[in-house]
Amino acid sequence: MNKTVNQKAWFLVLPVLLLVAFSAVIPLMTVVNYSVQDTFGNNQFFWAGLEWFEEMLNDDRMWGALGRQLMFSGIILLIQVPLGVFVALNMPKKGFWASFCLVFMSLPLLIPWNVVGTIWQVFGRVDIGLLGHTLAALGIEYNYTSDPFAAWVTIIVMDVWHWTSLVALLAYAGLQSIPDAYYQAAKIDQASRWKVFRFIELPKMMGVLMIAILLRFMDSFMIYTEPFVVTGGGPGSTTTLLSIDLVKMALGQFDLGPAAAFSLMYFLVILLISWVFYTVMINLDKREG
Amino acid sequence: MDWMAWTWPTALFFIVIASLLITFTVLAIKFPETPRTGILRIETTRGDRLFITLLGSAFINLAWLGIVGTAQPFALVVCLIYAAAVFRWV
Repeated sequence: MNKTVNQKAWFLVLPVLLLVAFSAVIPLMTVVNYSVQDTFGNNQFFWAGLEWFEEMLNDDRMWGALGRQLMFSGIILLIQVPLGVFVALNMPKKGFWASFCLVFMSLPLLIPWNVVGTIWQVFGRVDIGLLGHTLAALGIEYNYTSDPFAAWVTIIVMDVWHWTSLVALLAYAGLQSIPDAYYQAAKIDQASRWKVFRFIELPKMMGVLMIAILLRFMDSFMIYTEPFVVTGGGPGSTTTLLSIDLVKMALGQFDLGPAAAFSLMYFLVILLISWVFYTVMINLDKREG
Repeated sequence: MDWMAWTWPTALFFIVIASLLITFTVLAIKFPETPRTGILRIETTRGDRLFITLLGSAFINLAWLGIVGTAQPFALVVCLIYAAAVFRWV
């Protein structure tokens, strides 16, 4: 049967459109306006053309922050996705312990970013923190305020601690939706554990896993509070991620023009990567459907 | 509107994008279409192709500015060629 196309339903999204315009589109337009002008305060602006874009594109500072950001997002995805799937595979399927695990796993997700940052900031300190103190007692040199490697390990472990549950919960939801018949068929065929995972569980989880990857990528790519509270972007600028650098530029130095150009390029990268993820996700769905 | 720090070039930029969006919306209502699959192996409608064009054009302009650095209007010519290619083959 052919469905008739009726585009009138789109009018129902009008209220959302107005809200988004007010809270996102108009502020974004303002950023575009800032990006081609210079200001010395007092809401007085002077035309600067593409100068800020040119300056930013030729500035090692932005490329450095982008590189660190991509490295951060890449590393946490490489850890969180397999770890989350592993946890989901080993969670009880039903009964009291299933509910217990679900609640227990969602706990880190409920903690506000700045609190997570503070927890790890204190936890890692050599003088009063349990982690820092223990590592020092074991003779392992660890100081996230002076050693870039330690700082990186700290913010990555912190993010894994905070967000792996999200991947695990989504993967778990995907696993729960697989009918028993698939497992029974696999049993009859004497499929190995790996083959059950590879040909039944993984394909059936793919949809939610893509959502998990997209969410984790977006969140980690825009992360600000947690690393800012723990390392403040240091030592030096070794953990200065994109948004930390952006805030420094826009609010610390009040360089609105360069910061606007910076944030537009940041936005474009996010838009591009989200579009790629979204397209892959939609096409996976279609292939399954 | 003073607080938004408007300039004519940026206003023109947004007017062009807004009119493109309106045109494509009207086109989608007047002449409904079925999505097609092009060289990217993904289903696209006219709107999708417009999005790919606009996003790509932004990167083309930035690349031109970063690599060539002068004669920015020529980047728009590259964008037009890119747009034609997207609408023809994607």
